[in-house]
Amino acid sequence: MSKAFTPSAAKPGVITANDLREGHNVWMCEDGWTDDPAEATLFEDEAIAELALLKAIGQANLVVGPYIVEARRGPDGPEPTHFREAFRQRGPSNYFHGIQARKSANPQQANPQQSEPAHV
Amino acid sequence: MFDARPVDTDYVRHRAAQFRAQVARRLDGSLTEDEFRPLRLMNGVYLQLHAYMLRVAIPYGTISPDQMRMLAHLAQHYDKGYGHWTTRQNIQFNWPKLVDIPDMLDLLASVGMHAIQTSGNTIRNVTTDAFAGAAVDEVADPRPYAELLRSWSTDHAEFQFLPRKFKIAISGGAKDRAIVAAHDIGLRLVTRDGQTGFEVWIGGGLGRTPLLGQVVRDFLPEEDLLPYVEAIIATYNLSGRRDNKYKARIKITVSERGLDVMRAEIEDEFARRRRDFHGADREALAVFRDRFAPPSFRNAPEGDYEAERAKSAGFRSWTDTNLHPHRVDGYASVIVTFKAPGATPGDASAEQMRLLANLAERYGHADLRVSHDQNVVLPHVHKSDLPALYAALRDAGLATANAGLTSDIVACPGMDYCTLATARSIPIAQEIAEHFREQGLEDEIGKLNIRISGCINACGHHHLGHIGILGLDRAGVENYQITLGGDGYDIPAIGQRAGAGFPAEEVVPAIDRLLRAYLEIREDVSERFIDAYRRLGPAPFKAALYPEAAHA
Repeated sequence: MSKAFTPSAAKPGVITANDLREGHNVWMCEDGWTDDPAEATLFEDEAIAELALLKAIGQANLVVGPYIVEARRGPDGPEPTHFREAFRQRGPSNYFHGIQARKSANPQQANPQQSEPAHV
Repeated sequence: MFDARPVDTDYVRHRAAQFRAQVARRLDGSLTEDEFRPLRLMNGVYLQLHAYMLRVAIPYGTISPDQMRMLAHLAQHYDKGYGHWTTRQNIQFNWPKLVDIPDMLDLLASVGMHAIQTSGNTIRNVTTDAFAGAAVDEVADPRPYAELLRSWSTDHAEFQFLPRKFKIAISGGAKDRAIVAAHDIGLRLVTRDGQTGFEVWIGGGLGRTPLLGQVVRDFLPEEDLLPYVEAIIATYNLSGRRDNKYKARIKITVSERGLDVMRAEIEDEFARRRRDFHGADREALAVFRDRFAPPSFRNAPEGDYEAERAKSAGFRSWTDTNLHPHRVDGYASVIVTFKAPGATPGDASAEQMRLLANLAERYGHADLRVSHDQNVVLPHVHKSDLPALYAALRDAGLATANAGLTSDIVACPGMDYCTLATARSIPIAQEIAEHFREQGLEDEIGKLNIRISGCINACGHHHLGHIGILGLDRAGVENYQITLGGDGYDIPAIGQRAGAGFPAEEVVPAIDRLLRAYLEIREDVSERFIDAYRRLGPAPFKAALYPEAAHA
C-alpha cells in the first residue's frame, strides 16, 4: 500500500478506491465515482482533499479502501506518478483486462491498436 | 480411484450460506469493511490490485476431473476465462465480483471444494509431492497422512488464531519433492527397522527472513503424527511472538528461542497430548488409506510408445523432459507444463482445464494433481497411451517439452495482480522464457530452476531458485535483484544475492550472460547449473552478471 499522501499545489493527488460490489478500481470525480482515472478530481489543497477522503470513507456502501495518492496534471486529466498507480489505471500487462478493457468497451475511448488476446 | 469429495459437503454448504449472509450484511451497511474483512479472508476472498481475488483450496494438490470441470466453469462464468495455479497447490481466480462469490462457493461446495483456511493465521493447505502414489522412490504414499492432517486441522478450535499463518508439507519420496525444508513443519516419510515414520522438520520459511527448517525429531513413528504435530503447533501458539507480524512465524520462534528449547517443550507437550488420542485418528487414517488405494493398473505392452519416440522428434523431446518414473512397469507420470513461451506461468484457461479433466478420465485413471511449481501432473498414464495423450495436449498448446528446464519458471502474480507486490513478475518470466527458446539454448542448458517473486514475501520462492529473481521498487522504478545457488530439493539452500539489482530491461541480458558463462565453464553436459555453482562458488557467475566490475 502507498503511504499516506498529503496533496499540495506542487504535488496534487486523486482519491481512489475499489468498487464494493464488483471490485474494480474507481476514482473520485465531481459527481461521485468513475472507472476512468482521467475524469478524477485533482486535489491541490490538503484540507479539501482530507474532507473529500472523509466523504469517501463515509461511502462504505459504495467503495472499499479509499486513499489519496499523488497524481500530476496531464493534457487529458490526472496522470499517475508511480508505476503501481499506472498499473491500477491500466490493468495487468499479461492480458487486456481491467480498466484498459473497460475503457475500450466505451467506443469514445477505444484504442483500435489493442484487442483481447487469446489465452494460451 | 480415490474419492475426491473428502469434505463433509453439508458443512461446506453451511459455511457458504454463512458467507452469503455476511456479504448481504456488508452490502446493506450492517457491517463496515473493517468488520467484514476478517470474514471474507476466512473464506479466501482478498482485495487485490484490480479486483477481488478468490483462493480455492486444492488439498495436497489432488483434484478429480469433476472438480477440475467446476474450476473451469467458475473461470468461464465468474472470471475472465482463466485461473492461476499457485505455488501452494491451490488455484486463484483474479476477477470475481464480491456479489458473485457466494454463488461460486455454493458451486464449489457441490463438488466438495471450498476456500476455508486459504487465508488467515491458520493451518493452510497441506502440500505434498505431485507424484504421490506414483513415484518409483516412494517410501509410502503421503496423501492419507496429508488428508489426516487436513481433516484434523480444518476448523481446529485451538488453532484458529495462531501468531501467524502455518504451512505444512509432507513428502513420501526418497528424494524430497515437497520442499519440506521451507515449511513451518516439514514431514519426510522414512522407514527405520521396518517401521514407517517421519523425519520432522520445523522452522523453515521464506519471505523477508528466509530460513531453512531444522530436524526436531529424526524419527517419529507414524501413529504419533497427529499428537506430535499438535504439540508443535500448541507450543508455537504459546511462545510465538504476537507483537510484530514480521517476527511471528515459527521460523523466528525457533531461531530466537533455539531448537533445543523448542524441542524440549514440544516433547513435554507431546507426552501430555498423546494420552488424549484414543485411536480415532488411527481409524480415520485406515479410511483414508482405502480412499487412496491405487487404481487398477493395466498389465499391458507399451504399444507404439518406442516406435513413436523413434519416429517423432517432438514426442521424443516431450517424453524426455515431461515424464517422471512410475513405480509400476509400463506407466509414467506426465507433467503438463503451463509454461509455454510467452504464457503466464501457472495460468490455465477454462478450455485447458476441461481438456485435462477429459484426458485424465480417458488416459490417467481419473487422477490429476496441481504441482507446487504451477504445473499439472497426470500421475498414472500407461505408456501405450502417451502418443495419443501427447497429440491431444499438443493440439491445445499444452505439450511444451520444458519440464525442469529454463522456461519452466515459477512466478508469483507480482504487481500485475497483487496488492503487496513491489514490481511485476510475469513479464520477466515471459521475456526469459521467450528469449532462451528463441536462442535455442534451452536444451543445451538443461535442468535449471528459475523462480521469480514480485516482493520480499517470496510467493515465487525466489530464494529456492538456482537463479532467483526478486522484484523491488527502487525510487519509483521496477528493479530486480538476482540470487544464486538456491535449491529446494536435493541439497536445500537459500540463494545468495549476487549484487546490485537490474532495471527490468537489463534482466534478460544479465541472465543471458550468466547462462552463457555457465555453458563455458561447466565440466560437461551432465553438470547442471546448480552443480557448477556449487563446484566453483559464486565468483565466475558474479563476473558474468557484472562484467564491468570484473574488469575494473
